[in-house]
Amino acid sequence: MAHAQSHTKRIWIVFWILSAITIVEVALGIYKPEALHLTSILGTSPLNWIFIILTLAKAYGITWSFMHMEGEKTWFRRAVVWTAVFLIIYLVTLLLIEGDYLYSTLAPLVRW
Amino acid sequence: MEANIAVPNDKKPTWGGGGVRPFGASYGKMMMWFFIVSDALTFSAFLAAYGLTRFKFIDSWPIADEVFTHVPFVHGDFPMIYVAFMTFVLIFSSVTMVLAVDAGHHMNKKKVTIYMLLTIIGGIIFVGSQAWEWNTFINGTYGAVKTTDGKILQFVDSEGKQIALADFVVGDRGDVREQHTKKNGLWFEEESTIAQYSIAQIISSYEANPDVQIRTELIDLEKKQKTILSREKGSEELAKTRLVVEGANLEVNEYGNTIFADFFFFITGFHGFHVLSGIIFNIIIFFNVILGTYEKRGHYEMVEKVGLYWHFVDLVWVFVFTFFYLV
Repeated sequence: MAHAQSHTKRIWIVFWILSAITIVEVALGIYKPEALHLTSILGTSPLNWIFIILTLAKAYGITWSFMHMEGEKTWFRRAVVWTAVFLIIYLVTLLLIEGDYLYSTLAPLVRW
Repeated sequence: MEANIAVPNDKKPTWGGGGVRPFGASYGKMMMWFFIVSDALTFSAFLAAYGLTRFKFIDSWPIADEVFTHVPFVHGDFPMIYVAFMTFVLIFSSVTMVLAVDAGHHMNKKKVTIYMLLTIIGGIIFVGSQAWEWNTFINGTYGAVKTTDGKILQFVDSEGKQIALADFVVGDRGDVREQHTKKNGLWFEEESTIAQYSIAQIISSYEANPDVQIRTELIDLEKKQKTILSREKGSEELAKTRLVVEGANLEVNEYGNTIFADFFFFITGFHGFHVLSGIIFNIIIFFNVILGTYEKRGHYEMVEKVGLYWHFVDLVWVFVFTFFYLV
């Protein structure tokens, strides 16, 4: 029976991957290499994009492995993941555009 | 695929779902997932609102590395280190949780008990760390002043490193001001805590010490650092001082924008509350495991369900960590 199989080894592998990603993030966050930090690509610094991509990688690891999402039926997985991902992207896009608009409207009114 | 799914093997209909199992998931597990979806949307709304506000004040937002620099029992500047530690604690407690679920699939009561206990301990360490972090944030480190036009002015030494009020303010308060208490106050009223130094005292100390410079909230977008004013301009700005700020609360914040503090309290507080309730769920399940409830039931699916919640708390922290401390 498939039940008897243990996943302990795989769990630890995922743990080490997640830890490695966190260490990379923290190291980058402390040293902030100028080439990544002070340049800009697609609206923000490459460093910020690296952080966001690494975060999504971690989120994938936690959801797929730790929360056993990979083991659920395809359409159950999609009902959860697609719903959340779609709504979150939608909301974040709108709010960030709005925030940028507020900055461009209000910042000229502030005297430094 | 079946390896990861707990199946009730007593063949009796369970509450809430009867024998029907859409998507091959039990009622409880499916509802836990749908709850997680809605909770994830709540957290994303908070973080998106944080993003909006940050974009709105993109040229004056506090730089996280300058705000969260402390590690317990150690003096000095260590940005990131302590939150990184907290992240590890939470990831590790996620691992022990998933090991408990795995042991549950093998009906190994002893292992489930040990791993559940480790998970609870990890959670308690995390919440404790967060309380410490809050305490440090609320008490503040350096102190600053707020001007009549609502800006925060911080003080730096000649090398541009931030210094505390206590490092350069000398002399007498200049006003004979005492804390009103019910015992000595007029009208028997209490008042909020008076700052340690008076405004006049800070201004005269600044004028007397040519090494002290003033840093404003404005970010130099080229260097991504806060702007430091010339001595003359600094004294001009300092003359507008309205309030001495030490620490942070919902109304003032020595690190910069007040709303930064509001979001900090709100988002990490809401997350901390989730961790706390997760710990309580885990403790309940832990005792059920010891009592043999799931041994009798024939499966450890309950451990799996609280496990989902616990991993979700970890998942949220991953995002809070990125958007509050890194980006």
